[in-house]
Amino acid sequence: MAESQTQNPLSRFAERIGRGAVSGIEELGTCGVLVVESLYWLVAGPRLRQPVRLGAVFVQMMEIGIKAIPIVAMMAGTIGVMLAIQGIHTLKIFGAESRVVVGIAFSVVREFAPLITGIIVAGRSGSALAARLGTMKISQEIDALHVMGINPTRYLVVPAFLSLVVMVPSLTLLSDFVGLFSAGLYVGADLGISMAAYVDQTIEVLSLDDLTHGLGKSVIFGVLIAVIGVVNGASVTGGAEGVGRVTTRAVVQAISAIVVTDMLFAFVATR
Amino acid sequence: MAAPSKDTTAAPVIEVEDLVTHYGPRMILKGVDMDVKEGEIMVIMGGSGSGKSTLLRHLMALEYPTSGIIRLLGQDVGALGTLEMLDLRKRLGVAFQGGALFSSMTVGENIMLPLSEHTDLDPMTMQIMARIKLEVVNLAGFEDLMPSELSGGMIKRAAVARAIIMDPKILFCDEPSAGLDPAVASALDDLLLRLRDAMGMSIVVVTHELDSAFKIADRITVLDQGKILFIGPTDELRNHKSERIQNLLNRRAEEEVLDVDAYLSRLTGVTVDGGASL
Repeated sequence: MAESQTQNPLSRFAERIGRGAVSGIEELGTCGVLVVESLYWLVAGPRLRQPVRLGAVFVQMMEIGIKAIPIVAMMAGTIGVMLAIQGIHTLKIFGAESRVVVGIAFSVVREFAPLITGIIVAGRSGSALAARLGTMKISQEIDALHVMGINPTRYLVVPAFLSLVVMVPSLTLLSDFVGLFSAGLYVGADLGISMAAYVDQTIEVLSLDDLTHGLGKSVIFGVLIAVIGVVNGASVTGGAEGVGRVTTRAVVQAISAIVVTDMLFAFVATR
Repeated sequence: MAAPSKDTTAAPVIEVEDLVTHYGPRMILKGVDMDVKEGEIMVIMGGSGSGKSTLLRHLMALEYPTSGIIRLLGQDVGALGTLEMLDLRKRLGVAFQGGALFSSMTVGENIMLPLSEHTDLDPMTMQIMARIKLEVVNLAGFEDLMPSELSGGMIKRAAVARAIIMDPKILFCDEPSAGLDPAVASALDDLLLRLRDAMGMSIVVVTHELDSAFKIADRITVLDQGKILFIGPTDELRNHKSERIQNLLNRRAEEEVLDVDAYLSRLTGVTVDGGASL
């Protein structure tokens, strides 16, 4: 302790960066191990007489997916209208407001639907996952699973992991429809384009590639939310305060990871 | 009153040889050797930081040592594969200090969990088995309550019911009577004695409570600074001449020779040379 206090500020700064980098790499490694371990239990669970319970997966799907429908639909609808307003306002400058449908279709399906869905699920379910696992860890419930011969990854993580991988793309598809529909309503009211014409134009503009681009991203978002929630929940120390800390950390990290991944995905996919 | 002594020639169900554990640079356990015989209650005692909780986690195979061997029911836990370890765990039961009941499940569901995960029994049979175990711990009729609706003593008893649902060969209890009033603590002690006598379980208990330890133990292990200070029957412990053991039994803190320079260094973070004044 005395030694670190006598170091100069530059050394202390460098030491802090070094420690942060090592712990970041360590955390990334933990994420990788968790994904592999989850896949292992999914495949090898039945052979080890520890199959992943479908009931638990459905419970998680209900919690993560079905119960999120109202908020996801509301946000997707709002984003759709917002895009329509902004698109018409911008294109008016060039007198090209009738082309707004193209911008809305691409923006909703390729970017905004997966992004807003990912962010909502991260805030809603990623935090809940971290808090649940953190609380279970400090109350020794995870240890209890271990000693009962129930692997915690198989019992707690895999159902949440599977549910996120299935439900985030499903919710994204819902966001696509709701976002496009609400934008269509606004465009119809503002520009007088009929819904049938709006739908025709949208279908003409969009390809299957655009849809798979958005849905593909959302699968990755689901994996990120699961892994970040679990790693943070499992790293909790220090009681209830620690649970609050890891929950916040899980949300911030998941949203940051989603936004950065979205940017990288867009960059790679448009090359 | 000491518990009736058990057969000292019984086969060991737990064997620990030269167990060494480090947490980072700190050595927690410094070469521990011990065994627990079939059908006996072994109580592990020691002051704070003596390593008893770490030893218990190793015995429960929740942590692995830096070196040394732990054999549970004749199997070296360090050499077991995943499947063998899962099979071994089905023959162990653990009642944690805080109960560690799953807060999202009822008491009955908590107790049935090992059955539903490890057996193909139908739900009715599992419910009947859970009710039998709840009767053993005097909690009959509480299966539909949530853990949050139970008192501290009830939670500990429910945890014991969950720990014995698979009829384990070894039961581990971490501070079973801590924080309980004397009557409830005594009832829990009686429950452990019943489990030993009626089911022939080997029981390992970590506790601070001297009265409880002397009531239930066949043998007591005293840990001090990561080493075994004493291991043997309760009467032998009571009459032991060692000052450290007598201090532990009489709950006296040992006198510590205060190194003034080291103490000041710890407080200030500055190395103080002998005789120098601040």
